[in-house]
Amino acid sequence: MGKATEWFRRTFHRMGSPRWFFAGSRGWMLGLYLVGGALIAIGSAWGLGFAPTDRLQGDSYRILYVHVPAAHLAEAVYVAIAIAGAVHLVWRMKMADLAIAAAAPVGMTLTAAALATGYIWGIPTWGTGWVWDARTTSMLVLLFLYFGLIALRQAVPRADRAALAVSVLAIVGVVNIPIIKYSVDWFTTLHQPASIRIGERPSIDPSMLWPLAVNALGYYLFLVGVVIAALRAKIIEREAKADWVRTWVQAR
Amino acid sequence: MTPLRRQRAATVLFVLAGAGVTLAVAMLALEQDINLFYPPEQVVSGEAPIGKRIRAGGMVAAGSVAHDDTGLGVSFVVTDYQGSEFRVDYEGLLPGLFGEGEGVLVAGQLRADGVFEAEEVLAKHDENYMPPEVADMMAATGEQP
Amino acid sequence: MMEWLAMGGHGVYVWSAYALSAAALVGMGVWPWLALRRARRRIAAALAPNQPVRAGDRKRPEPGQGDVA
Repeated sequence: MGKATEWFRRTFHRMGSPRWFFAGSRGWMLGLYLVGGALIAIGSAWGLGFAPTDRLQGDSYRILYVHVPAAHLAEAVYVAIAIAGAVHLVWRMKMADLAIAAAAPVGMTLTAAALATGYIWGIPTWGTGWVWDARTTSMLVLLFLYFGLIALRQAVPRADRAALAVSVLAIVGVVNIPIIKYSVDWFTTLHQPASIRIGERPSIDPSMLWPLAVNALGYYLFLVGVVIAALRAKIIEREAKADWVRTWVQAR
Repeated sequence: MTPLRRQRAATVLFVLAGAGVTLAVAMLALEQDINLFYPPEQVVSGEAPIGKRIRAGGMVAAGSVAHDDTGLGVSFVVTDYQGSEFRVDYEGLLPGLFGEGEGVLVAGQLRADGVFEAEEVLAKHDENYMPPEVADMMAATGEQP
Repeated sequence: MMEWLAMGGHGVYVWSAYALSAAALVGMGVWPWLALRRARRRIAAALAPNQPVRAGDRKRPEPGQGDVA
């Protein structure tokens, strides 16, 4: 077995231990908060104050720098949740379920932010905030999926049953992600096609692309930090009766 | 993987495949309803229904925008640059990004004579972002974005 | 400065979108810290039912909140 596989196996098994994760994650979380937050501050200031105006949209295009990262992360968080759902169903790993519980509110907030900034952006550009096209509608479905993940857990009284139901919903819902992504290519929509595609030159001028890259990276790092922080809270909530948690509480 | 886990993994893949196929079939069947608007080709060919509230879209043909005497009424030609085009009559405010050579989406009724009576006009912008100077340079060299 | 704030007449859209995004980021960033503190206080209260909840519940700074644009 290769070294990488061995490392993966060991990490995978350790990740299954809430205690190990809680002990080792605080530094990572703080670092991600700081670096991610700083990058978002830099990217946003760059996008608002230094990037040039757009030939067509003028200054309103600057909403792109908060709209695109929020929308992209809303989808990425869902994919991560679906993977956690599969891990939970196959291995019955408690940490995978806790990760879903930690990430779902984050994903829901991001989806709402993407929809809201899109609405605001649409008014000066499209001439309307909302339109029922394939992109906006599939994004609204994503919001309801996140809402469903949270509501389903509260609706099922037994925690282990709730965890299984949530995992199944997480996996089934992931089919919505390619629809969001390709809606603008498969159907006629008011939303424009993607400006950045893998293997193609971006259709955003480099002078306008850099702040977006900085902000997108910042969102990634910051939100991984947020999900780690949320997972730490879920661990303490769920393991309240464990000796190590009591020791931790009393030590503070 | 233990046999039990392998079986669970197979179930997960099966559920995922089932959901995917169901959705793909539904989307193929509903394609016309999921599409937001009729492109010029379908408006001209008669695929777009006449006298019903529909949406149509394309590019505003260069030099086709004409305002009437009241200043509120406007007419323009929507084209796909591939031979299909139709005229739009509209009375009301135009969105800020409306312009010749730009994308447009109109909602209203298609008349039997082929003219589209719009009640609403929205601007559909493309995926290109660039500063005005870069756009001028590209226009000067005749390069397409 | 005023010109920059006006955003070519689109100021209200640009600034409201950024304000909303900042609020969402700060909210997401702070929420786990509050949840952890709540859980810790609840457990502490359960461990020592006769003592005041606040015992040993030091207030500490929460990094990361101020860095969000």
